[in-house]
Amino acid sequence: MNKKFGIKEVVATGIGTALFVALTEVQIPLGFIPNTALQPRAALLAFLAAIFGPVVGGLVGLLGHALGDALFYGSVWWSWVFPDAVFGILVGLFAAKYAIKDGGFDKKAILLFNAVQVIGNAIAWIVVAPVLDIIIYAEPANKVFAQGFWAFLGNIIIIAILGTLLGAGYSKIGAKSSSLSKED
Amino acid sequence: MSRVLSYEEKDTWIHRLSGVTKLVFFLLWSITSMLSYDTRVLVVMLICSLLIFRMSRTEWRQVGTVFKFIMLFLVINLLAIYVFSPDQGAKIYGSSTPLFGDTGRYALTKEQLFYECNVMIKYLTVIPAVFMFIVTTNPSEFAASLNKVGIHYNIGYSLAIALRYIPDVQDEYKKIKHAQEARGIEMSSKASLKDRIKSTSAILFPLIFSSMDRIDIISNAMELRGYGKHKERTWYSERALQRNDYIVLIVTILFSVVALVITFHDGSRFYNPF
Amino acid sequence: MRQVEPIITFKDFTFKYRAQVEPTLYDINLSIYPGEKILIVGPSGSGKSTLAHCINGLVPFSYKGDISGSYEIKGQNPQKLGIFGLSKIVGTVLQDTDGQFIGLTVAEDIAFVLENDKVPQPEMKQRVQDVAELMDVDTLLKCAPRELSGGQKQRVSMAGVMIDDVDILLFDEPLANLDPATGKKTIALIDKIQKERPVTILIIEHRLEDALYKDVDRIIVMSEGRIVADTTPDELLSGNVLEEHGIREPLYLSALKQAGCHILPETKPQHIESMDLSPYKDKVFDWFRSVSLKKKEISEESALEIKDLDFSYVSGKPILQDIHFTIKKGEMVSIVGKNGAGKSTLSNLICGFMQPDRGSMLLQGQDISTLSIKERGEKIGFVMQNPNQMISKPMIFDEVALGLRVRGVSEDEVKERVYETLKICGLYPFRNWPVSALSFGQKKRVTIASILVMNPDILILDEPTAGQDYKHYTEIVEFLKQINGQFGITILMITHDMHLMLEYTDRAIVLADGKIIADDIPAKVLTNEEIAQKAYLKKTSLYDLAVNCGIEAVSDFVECFIQYDREKRKERN
Repeated sequence: MNKKFGIKEVVATGIGTALFVALTEVQIPLGFIPNTALQPRAALLAFLAAIFGPVVGGLVGLLGHALGDALFYGSVWWSWVFPDAVFGILVGLFAAKYAIKDGGFDKKAILLFNAVQVIGNAIAWIVVAPVLDIIIYAEPANKVFAQGFWAFLGNIIIIAILGTLLGAGYSKIGAKSSSLSKED
Repeated sequence: MSRVLSYEEKDTWIHRLSGVTKLVFFLLWSITSMLSYDTRVLVVMLICSLLIFRMSRTEWRQVGTVFKFIMLFLVINLLAIYVFSPDQGAKIYGSSTPLFGDTGRYALTKEQLFYECNVMIKYLTVIPAVFMFIVTTNPSEFAASLNKVGIHYNIGYSLAIALRYIPDVQDEYKKIKHAQEARGIEMSSKASLKDRIKSTSAILFPLIFSSMDRIDIISNAMELRGYGKHKERTWYSERALQRNDYIVLIVTILFSVVALVITFHDGSRFYNPF
Repeated sequence: MRQVEPIITFKDFTFKYRAQVEPTLYDINLSIYPGEKILIVGPSGSGKSTLAHCINGLVPFSYKGDISGSYEIKGQNPQKLGIFGLSKIVGTVLQDTDGQFIGLTVAEDIAFVLENDKVPQPEMKQRVQDVAELMDVDTLLKCAPRELSGGQKQRVSMAGVMIDDVDILLFDEPLANLDPATGKKTIALIDKIQKERPVTILIIEHRLEDALYKDVDRIIVMSEGRIVADTTPDELLSGNVLEEHGIREPLYLSALKQAGCHILPETKPQHIESMDLSPYKDKVFDWFRSVSLKKKEISEESALEIKDLDFSYVSGKPILQDIHFTIKKGEMVSIVGKNGAGKSTLSNLICGFMQPDRGSMLLQGQDISTLSIKERGEKIGFVMQNPNQMISKPMIFDEVALGLRVRGVSEDEVKERVYETLKICGLYPFRNWPVSALSFGQKKRVTIASILVMNPDILILDEPTAGQDYKHYTEIVEFLKQINGQFGITILMITHDMHLMLEYTDRAIVLADGKIIADDIPAKVLTNEEIAQKAYLKKTSLYDLAVNCGIEAVSDFVECFIQYDREKRKERN
């Protein structure tokens, strides 16, 4: 578990947050339900947390979401900021196990990564976000749970696809390639 | 991207306040407006918000597009509340007074209307505060401020790096997107969901992986220039608290306390006129 | 001999990165004395960057590995000093000015070292002001990095390391990202710094001719991890070490050698302006008389016609104005000009990434203004400068196939066309490799292949040779020349590289402040002082050679030499 917060982690948090903010506007509309979209930045967050651990994951979620909301939407929905931080921490807790950097992101690690992301998303979006919405804004429970559930569903889909691919792709970059030979 | 809010240098008393002061104001203001459902408090806050916004000499062109977007979002949210829970107001205020006769589940009640108005005002009180905070706070000074209020400089510096590189990352995103579009990657909504995810990954992969290289380069550059040598550091853009800062801080804290006392004195966060 | 102690010494020094099998540096023996100015040259992979990392402490503190032998910096053991201790002695200016520029504004970036050293704010402000004045960036203190040019960013980086009164200034490829005129200014500035302050200067650079614009005391040549020469510039330039180790010698020397001259150290070959050419003049004259210029046949058919193009982001502030030119089929043309002159904007307009305010574009006589980016992409291929920003698939085959697959081409045809393209690009043996196993140059080829596979009529390349050493430069441009010649693909290159422009392009379109100020053969452009100055280009040293030898037909001379030199190089490959 990487709990150390050295220069590399500071920079990873900074650049990760910049990426997260820049991707705020990049959304993949689902099409069939208006005003819903998959958020590629969720996959980015899962990827960064899986590489750099819970501290970077949590901070990128917190700073990235708050800053993105503030810069693009002029208001900060804290009830949706914290779930991202919680999610970043949860995925990051198992960073060492995925072994993405060492090229060890094999089937078992991918399964673990996805199990963690589904559980993490459930905690973040079906528990934390709606509860905060109810506490802070006194919004109707059925509305916020429905919203939370959609966010949960959208995030697990995009992370299962994009997040896994990002992890696998980056894992390959780090892997040794001594077994390669030229073919005629 | 022109839609993004950004700092503009101007000379008003609000601009001259320290980032710490504005951060504290922003946080307390948000918390108060989040917790309070007392209409009287919210209306006073809304008026104050607008006054402060006015004094910061923020122009419409700086915030216009973002504001329109928030309004759209707000309307959708208010409608969603109504669709999901037309009796939320009745539940909260303990009475139900239909406005246009009883027409079943979706009959609009005075209580529901009043509740939704409160939700709207809650949002509106915060928006000018956020606008003001972003367009009047020098980002460099803000990073230094965080350190000042006791947060470790590593966090402040992470934020500084984020603010420094957001424009670079946006440019890079645009460049990569263009080059991939020329290769035939389409981002239009005509494509199937699967194709759209694929297209997005064709842009995100190069963007994210080249950013990973950048992390290495920047950490080396920082290390070579002595970052992290001591437990503390000083800041070029740090500003010491002035008389005005203390005044604003005291007023803000008093206001929040009074607002929350008024809100909660009868044991409920809701102001009930019914 | 010298009285003073050396400031840097390496004794039988060998270094191996932890992840590698073979050492990167072998038996380095080197002494550098205080106040010296040393140029370190060598092809990519020669170990010159690793040597620099040993001096500034990134090795072994950031990049781990095994060290044998001994080294000292300012009389101390670097491994005991640590990276922070070393940073007080050695100031490093990195190649990537955007990576080094960490602050949100110029002033903060310059102050970075002082902030980390807990210097109180009033003192910090004074020192920032002083060093900013020295580096001539004091009017920019409040600017954000994106408001600055590459040259200005570099001056800020220099100010940021000099603020700490370091003993050694280490420049890692300072010229790589600059236009030629700005590069020249950088070298002059480094020279000025050394005259005003008692510092030792190390410059790592493979652009030897540009780096030698001002005097250096010694040049160290590295090759395959070893020091293969450590001598004065005049001695080095008279020998054959450079050629043997794949480092490009200054053009005027290649020309003299082409003319059959044997370079003598006493003629001071370090600068063409002051070199004694009297022993060589006659030979140069004879050679020029003996050769004749072959004209390349250019087709009359136009490939791309740009008519009266205007573009601006904000009305009243034109980025491009009255752009008008025609590119013939099969031509290889360079678009040159200083940073911000509108070169990238022009290519963005041609590819359809942006829309012009006025004017039209014809591709083989057909108006393309209504075509989408994707449709244009089938005819006009665009290759980005950094291949890492283009490659999105882990496997080479898939990357090259991407453009065909999204267009719904059948998998059989995809396979056939990808294999064919990979063969042309010399990548066929690697077809089943992951992209990550390739070198930078090979990745560049993959990106070119991924465009070529769509059979475009025109290829636009953004800085195709940036950051490449001589060997890779030759490889890439010869490859482009080959696809240009064999398949008649018209090639348009946006570049700062004067060698590329001079040696490989038929024509140069010169932009300055959003207007075309010249559209002519490169030899003429680079021998015209006025154009060179306006567009931040650098006059070629062949111009001075010709003038100083008394040759009047300067641009013909330049063209002749380029033609012969290219042929010679082709034979060698």
